[in-house]
Amino acid sequence: MLTPGFADPVLHAQAAFRAVLDAMSRPGRVQLAGPGLAPPAPLMRASAAVLLSLADAATPVWHDAGADADAWLRFHAGAPVATTPRDAAFVLATGAPPTLAALDAGTEEEPERGATLLIQVEAIEEGTGLRLTGPGIEHEHRLLVRGLPDGFVAAWAANRALFPRGVDVILCAWDRLAALPRTVAIAEG
Amino acid sequence: MDTAHTEQRRHWMAVLARASGEDIAGRLATLPPLPPHTPLRPAETGLVMVRGRAGGDGAAFNLGEMTVTRCAVRLGERVGHAYVAGRDKRQAELAALLDAALQDPAWHDALMGGVVVPLAAGQAARRDAEARRAAATKVEFLAMQTTR
Amino acid sequence: MYVAVKGGERAISAAHAWLDETRRGDPAVPELTVAQIEQQMGLAVDRVMAEGSCHDRFLAALAIKQAKGDLIEAAFLLRAYRTTLPRFGASEPLDTGAMRLRRRISATYKDLPGGQVLGPTFDYTHRLLDFALAAEGAPPPAAPEAAAPVAPTPRVTELLAREGLMQREAAEPGEPGDLTRQPLTFPAPRDVRLQNLARGDEGFVLALGYSTQRGYGGNHPFVGEIRVGHVTVEFTPPELGFPIEIGEIGITECQMVNQFKGSRTEPPQFTRGYGLVFGHGERRAMSMALVDRALRSAELGEDVTAPAQDQEFVLYHSDNIEATGFVEHLKLPHYVDFQSELENLRTIRAALARDSMAEAAE
Repeated sequence: MLTPGFADPVLHAQAAFRAVLDAMSRPGRVQLAGPGLAPPAPLMRASAAVLLSLADAATPVWHDAGADADAWLRFHAGAPVATTPRDAAFVLATGAPPTLAALDAGTEEEPERGATLLIQVEAIEEGTGLRLTGPGIEHEHRLLVRGLPDGFVAAWAANRALFPRGVDVILCAWDRLAALPRTVAIAEG
Repeated sequence: MDTAHTEQRRHWMAVLARASGEDIAGRLATLPPLPPHTPLRPAETGLVMVRGRAGGDGAAFNLGEMTVTRCAVRLGERVGHAYVAGRDKRQAELAALLDAALQDPAWHDALMGGVVVPLAAGQAARRDAEARRAAATKVEFLAMQTTR
Repeated sequence: MYVAVKGGERAISAAHAWLDETRRGDPAVPELTVAQIEQQMGLAVDRVMAEGSCHDRFLAALAIKQAKGDLIEAAFLLRAYRTTLPRFGASEPLDTGAMRLRRRISATYKDLPGGQVLGPTFDYTHRLLDFALAAEGAPPPAAPEAAAPVAPTPRVTELLAREGLMQREAAEPGEPGDLTRQPLTFPAPRDVRLQNLARGDEGFVLALGYSTQRGYGGNHPFVGEIRVGHVTVEFTPPELGFPIEIGEIGITECQMVNQFKGSRTEPPQFTRGYGLVFGHGERRAMSMALVDRALRSAELGEDVTAPAQDQEFVLYHSDNIEATGFVEHLKLPHYVDFQSELENLRTIRAALARDSMAEAAE
């Protein structure tokens, strides 16, 4: 049974957009998104809020979240569902995500067409864990991620080497999110 | 959903898409009130890119956009949808509500008879008047001299 | 180069206040309503919708009022407004064969199925100023209605195509290009060219169409058909999965029939130039059809020699909002640019003066 999306589509989408903007400009800093949202399982509030704010008829979405989430996203975001991860502008992984190299990294002419990968993880916490450096971080920022897929840090280095092409990642844990834009360098803690 | 049902639904959606919110509300006012509904997606105005075909029957191209207002409501277990040209939010809300109620056999006949059929008749009359006006400007050629 | 300068706020605010006052004009004269513009300036509304590339009669009328009747400014306002709205998707391609006709004429066949329907046209008026309109009076008597209505009729081009004398349009599958989402690249496919021309400046497209008639890339056009009327728009909402009618829009279609010598793979036959525009816009649809055909020269193996056949020239300069932006940006402060030019000129002049003094001294 289809449940409502944002109670106030304009204000709530703006709030989620702001959270993504802050997250992207300050890589690894945790933001809150999607309070009050009740998406069908296994969607988390933060990932659902990001897709409702950013995905639309012009951005194909690929996901592994099942039929309920599919109907909910199609209806509320109005986004077409991509048949493969490579065809998607937004990729949502609730389980093991596709490899970064399997996603659209954009072109040299239009690097902004690179996909955004949303990974639902168990928890994200600032202060310990991965060492992040790069634009938007003064010295170093640390982010602990529980449930990060194996081999992510090595795959990330290859993704970062594609710059200005590449994939951006948003880690979502319930109503918390943190972004890893393609510019950020990641070292294991 | 079976084809006949889809065709019926397409018909009432087409009629409601061509009626103003005021006209629909006027028709509804003559009927007993509908049960309460939950908004699923509030009325929202956006755009649909209108497509044509090269030469009228060739490959599609993008002609330009038009404003469209959509709305979705839940009435019991039924979901009503509306996508209507223009920016009349009341029209979209009422069209979505009616789309849900018209799917309910308990309401279907009363709403068809009280709302959809009269609105469709008014629209057909306006279309007919315009088509007869156009017909009055049809040229009846009188050949001054028949040549080949 | 532009330099951010402060100041001028008071001047700007006073200028805007005066603009508002001049828009209203003499308060002793009744104010125009948007509904009056929509109803009584309908062709201006149609042009703004076409060039603003957004079908909404009320918004176009409001834009005309706000722009004080400057139709390019009004189209600009409409284009700016449309950027604030989400796009739900694209319609099913319009079926112009099912158009509810107000007008339908052909210059190629006198007697054709459906006949010649004149509709509400300026043709056959004497172009004499009608001073009776200056005196506000009762509405005109209702136009006559025939006993039988006109019915939808097949397109004229179909009649020729059935005989094999008209080149069939290639129905390429796949998503058409969209200028509002992807930048123009060359060579531009026909779908993108048609979108560009449909929203192009009427004067520019008219002049180019005229140039083809005067010999700059001529291809001997006939008006196969012009049809004006209403078409149903169908849209398939993703949540429903089947197409629904979302309303009707007014539209003008023009099919130009042009000679084609034939090529190694195709016999001599007629080819089409196509025009399709929002609202009642015959001049615009005809011009678009002429230019569409001219732009097909390269793919039909004809020489590309005239401006109207030159894709880059036509498509890069047809948009009056873009053109306005670039032309009118010249009035922005270019103080530093100009200072450097001035310095340059002074240096050159000083050097010249020194040289001539040196010569005189020799």
